[in-house]
Amino acid sequence: MSNMKYLILRRISQISLLVLYFGANAFGWKVLTGTMSSSSVFETIPLSDPFAVLQMFAAGAILAFDAILGAIIIVLFYGIIGGRSFCSWVCPVNMVTDAANWLRRKLYIDKIERKVWISRNIRYYMIVLALIVSFVSGMAAFEIISPITILNRGAIFGFGAGAGLLVAIFLFDLFVLKNGWCGHICPLGGVHSIIGKYSLIRVKHNSDNCTLCMKCKEVCPEVQVLDMIGKRSEFVVKQECTNCGRCVDVCNDDALSFNIRNYLKK
Amino acid sequence: MENTTKKPQISERRKFFTNIAHNAGLGLMGGLLWAGYADKAKGSALTLRPPGALKEEDFLSACIKCGLCAEACTNRPSNISKETGKPRPGTLKIAKAQDDVTIGTPFFIANDVPCYMCEDIPCVPVCPTGALDMASLTNKNNELDFRLMDMGIAVVDPNSCIAFWGIQCDACYRACPLMDEAIKLEYDRNERTGKHAFLKPIVVMDVCTGCGLCEKACVTDKPAIFIQPRDIALGDPGEHYVKGWDIKDEQRAIDQEIGDVTTKTERSKKGAADYLNEGVDFE
Repeated sequence: MSNMKYLILRRISQISLLVLYFGANAFGWKVLTGTMSSSSVFETIPLSDPFAVLQMFAAGAILAFDAILGAIIIVLFYGIIGGRSFCSWVCPVNMVTDAANWLRRKLYIDKIERKVWISRNIRYYMIVLALIVSFVSGMAAFEIISPITILNRGAIFGFGAGAGLLVAIFLFDLFVLKNGWCGHICPLGGVHSIIGKYSLIRVKHNSDNCTLCMKCKEVCPEVQVLDMIGKRSEFVVKQECTNCGRCVDVCNDDALSFNIRNYLKK
Repeated sequence: MENTTKKPQISERRKFFTNIAHNAGLGLMGGLLWAGYADKAKGSALTLRPPGALKEEDFLSACIKCGLCAEACTNRPSNISKETGKPRPGTLKIAKAQDDVTIGTPFFIANDVPCYMCEDIPCVPVCPTGALDMASLTNKNNELDFRLMDMGIAVVDPNSCIAFWGIQCDACYRACPLMDEAIKLEYDRNERTGKHAFLKPIVVMDVCTGCGLCEKACVTDKPAIFIQPRDIALGDPGEHYVKGWDIKDEQRAIDQEIGDVTTKTERSKKGAADYLNEGVDFE
């Protein structure tokens, strides 16, 4: 099971967050209340989704300080430490799309499908579009369609018809495009990519140990970030890396590991 | 015959412009669909919002859809069932995709679970964005005051209210948390029998908070008293009419006169016979 260490840790992280949120509503726990749009830790520390806050500004809202402080805390945490780890360690939709990806490998869908190509930069255009639509419609545009909040709220307050969107994303990732949602379209992923660009925790590649088995590229949800595999010993610096650690898990040659980026030493 | 369909060669310049057009077109398409949906997603004007909610338009832009208010409502100490020791369903619900309310925003259905008007108003201080505005519920002594809540207003349908028929019922009157203030009973002579009285529930509009306890308590199959958002239920006389017998309202007219003299027409200097027949050709 050693090749599933980070995968298991991630699932524990994702599920326990949902359990804490669920308990906050069902049993009145105070550890983590709210949803991922905006939470409160022990009823004192506010946390909010910086993208939601940004959209609300675009929509013309005058926000109370708690929401803004919450967004700043999140930006600082992921910006300095976590990188894009929200996507793989926190976001519940990751479990849905990972499931689709797993099934895709089991069913050999990659081997038979017609290639559909969509730019991985769509997510950044989606950010711009979300802000424009927020401005025009006067409400946070992504928040009304976001499968992340639908799944998050569903786990807390019960699922409604919005669950259909989650099934749609699962099917999209399974049959239309590999890593379609998380790796191409989701604007929140784009926002977290940008936030986490200079984070300290990164995967480091040691090409001396690499045997070019390419298992890492098979499992990586953002393959383009692994362009140095077998070529150069360096950090995975591209911002789209979610720090999910799947590549570290599957590498049998000790060529990939989590490390702390040192900006002082050049 | 040889198939000669060959891809036409296009210049880098043409490619550049086509790419721009392509991307702009896709963006426009997505934007239109998205904005169209956003417009639809605004939900029904009949939605009842939690206490202290900003007016609907501002509320929709300021609500981050975190659900903290609903959680605070469900888990308020006063909501623990004495029998089971567990919280009962809260008043505030979080809208799902099938509800006619913007997804993720809090609302309540008075006839399902009304607002119990907690003294400490637990749902409002937890709001991180100010979509539920503490200031609107804070009184002169700087305390949260449930009397300042304004979620809607109770409306009576006198045709189906049995008290208006002459049957004695004061269910709504007694259920009201502001008893004899928000709903008063109007005593009226029952002409039909000649010896009975009507006890008609009358909503005092300035006092009613729209909590919905009356709607919940109403004994008729479909409640004859029900909560509507004030925007829907109330009219607006505008600026034009003045209550001359009300000093405050009269002052409004006096203030107005200083800048606006059109309410007084200068008396004509001509005789009545002249100015009434002005411009009339008698030939």
